[in-house]
Amino acid sequence: MIDVNVSLFRWPFRRLAGDDTAGLVAALRKRNVTQAWAGSLEGVFHKDLAGANTRLAEECHRFGDGMLHPFGSVNPKLPDWQEDLRRCHEEHKMPGIRLHPNYHGYGLKDPAFSELLHLAAARGMLVQLAVCLEDERTQHPLMHVPPVDISSLADLLKREPDVRLVLLNSDPLHNLEQSQELLPARNVFFDISMVEGAGGVGRLAKQVSITRVLFGTHYPLFYFESAVLKVREAEFADAEKQAVLESNARKLLSQ
Amino acid sequence: MLDRRTLLRRALGGLSLLAARSSAANPAAAPLRIWDIHCHLTDAPGETPEERLTAIVKFMDRMGIERVMLSLGYPLLYDPPPAQLREENDQVLRAIKRWPDRAYGFVYLNPNHLQASLDEFDRCVRDGPMVGVKLLAAKRCNAPELDPIAERAAALKAPIMQHTWLKAGGNEPGESSPYDVVELARRHPNTSLVCGHTGGDWELGIRIVRATKSLCVEIAGSNPTAGFIEMAVRELGAERILYGSDACGRSFASQLAKAIGADVPDSAKQLILGGNLRRLLTPILKAKGHPVT
Repeated sequence: MIDVNVSLFRWPFRRLAGDDTAGLVAALRKRNVTQAWAGSLEGVFHKDLAGANTRLAEECHRFGDGMLHPFGSVNPKLPDWQEDLRRCHEEHKMPGIRLHPNYHGYGLKDPAFSELLHLAAARGMLVQLAVCLEDERTQHPLMHVPPVDISSLADLLKREPDVRLVLLNSDPLHNLEQSQELLPARNVFFDISMVEGAGGVGRLAKQVSITRVLFGTHYPLFYFESAVLKVREAEFADAEKQAVLESNARKLLSQ
Repeated sequence: MLDRRTLLRRALGGLSLLAARSSAANPAAAPLRIWDIHCHLTDAPGETPEERLTAIVKFMDRMGIERVMLSLGYPLLYDPPPAQLREENDQVLRAIKRWPDRAYGFVYLNPNHLQASLDEFDRCVRDGPMVGVKLLAAKRCNAPELDPIAERAAALKAPIMQHTWLKAGGNEPGESSPYDVVELARRHPNTSLVCGHTGGDWELGIRIVRATKSLCVEIAGSNPTAGFIEMAVRELGAERILYGSDACGRSFASQLAKAIGADVPDSAKQLILGGNLRRLLTPILKAKGHPVT
């Protein structure tokens, strides 16, 4: 299995099983994960993203034994963010980046976001965009962070056709007002960590095609088993399961 | 070398409790019997109540769920007038008649229409097949109008499932919080009350209900955030925790994962996923002549 949505380091509001990298790797191996795309929770909250990305790369190398693929954080509102992107690509050899526009304080209409997409695509890097990290209704009262408004994304991607974008932690069929135009966009992929409703993953696959649905757990913030059971609930044929659990992600990474 | 089919089976079958349920190779394992206290017709596909529950049963079969407690029809109203209340309960009655071995009914009541609600309780529970009460968000449950409902439910040993939330941005006007359920529970210690959703913000909800030993919590309707069940078991004990899904708005999968994926003993999972609910329902099921196993 390839899990496209795990995170390293500590979540500030709760201790989690798996918030140490050795423990996370052991838990993933126990669950038959062979590859995981790892973002950094430090990258959500820190300003020194160069330091956070270096630690992410080192941690993946030290503990992952090839399993963990680091996805660095870039905040296009920070001074000289282009250097962060360059280091992710050239120094750390990362296959992609993970963005948190809501925690970093910008909207998707911001020209800096457009420039970031363009530069990432020029480097051939995957872009993961986390729509949210937790339910807005249960956030710490001093840390209210609404989900990313993705309604302008479809138009932007029409102007950046080389971008390969993975939406993490989204539930597109329950947010059609914002996601309707994204559904046919062939360069957009969806992880299943926050897809809800009985049979929701199956419905999503029918709507956007099985090839654009990726196994992502949002572990360790979520119970790993949630995504596994969603695949079971979808009642896919074996080939479809294989696509969601592994081959879609493998193809995406090799493009 | 493992073939692709074996790998897939391993990937999806690594969930020991669910796997044990049907594993002939593991006869020593206690069979897992999953009962879900929180399921609605509202978002299920289908034109009729019977079709909707049939669709739900297909998902139940995939996920190994033996039985659901069904409440709320369609369209979903948070403050339904008496006629609509009756209509929604009629839909549930039709559905459970089609699938009597897979679903029991919980009668939907609205304390803003107290007499109509008491009449519905008598029609659907006292004189009908339903076995519990569902209260949503018409009126906060600390209100005195809840007292006659709680008394009538206690008399027939029917559990009351009360929706609760603690929203960071503030609850809706008639929406209960766990604080409200605690008030009601203290006035009615002999009523079997369930704090639905554990308040959503479970780290607060667990603390709010902790000292009120007669209260159970139900785990549905929130993200499968890791640590929920571990904290609930630690602070409340496994005997006070009930699995529910809030399907079909939520997936059975994400809500089952809270219990299946938690780092708690298998014995606790057995209680949470069905044992506790069967214990709560045993008196009323016996009274109605249902087999209790």
